[in-house]
Amino acid sequence: MISISNTAIPVDELRKQMAAPAAGGFCVFEGWVRNENEGREVQRLEYEVYEPLALTEGEKVLAEAQMKFPHIDAICVHRSGLLEIGDCAVWVGVSAAHRDEAFKACRYVIDEIKTRLPIWKKEHYVDGDSGWVNCERCANVAHRHTDPDTEGS
Amino acid sequence: MKTITVRYFAIFREHAGVSQESVELEASTALDVFEQTKGRHGSPEPAAHCKVAINDVMAAWSSPVSDGDTVLLFPPVAGG
Repeated sequence: MISISNTAIPVDELRKQMAAPAAGGFCVFEGWVRNENEGREVQRLEYEVYEPLALTEGEKVLAEAQMKFPHIDAICVHRSGLLEIGDCAVWVGVSAAHRDEAFKACRYVIDEIKTRLPIWKKEHYVDGDSGWVNCERCANVAHRHTDPDTEGS
Repeated sequence: MKTITVRYFAIFREHAGVSQESVELEASTALDVFEQTKGRHGSPEPAAHCKVAINDVMAAWSSPVSDGDTVLLFPPVAGG
């Protein structure tokens, strides 16, 4: 199951949901908002999510994980909206009979979530600037359009 | 000519100044829509670095577009 939340991810509740008699282990990945990226001080993050397709694609990822690693159970929650430093941005939990499947499936899910779901991350920097992650050249173009020193050049 | 509703997201929306618009295009594929609306979304990234959906279904850039379709243009994603 995957969901998008615009409020804090309830990590303790999610962990309890993963408990199952057949589960011999549980692996979780939490992505946290950190205060630095590529040498720039980050003040907060903003996630834009196109929810209809993020959910559809996310369910595909979880189904793929269950095909590759049978007998696992997986939950993913991704944040939308404004997040502060230290907030949990994404939570992936996988329970399995054995640790190997739990680790591998958890890694598979977070890797696919990061590259396939229509989710965009805008960093707001301490210096007042902002930029879309993975779209530096796009951001440079946007800045040129708003910078009065270069506008019209 | 086909009437296509184009939806822009994230940096593309900021660049276009609107989240969606109806445009008349001589477009056969999703890639044609991307290329012919470059003046709006402003992507310096090649389409291969971006993603596209047609009528809320993820699509390939070679997917055909029909009159009345909604084409969603996604800049490079960054979840997690």
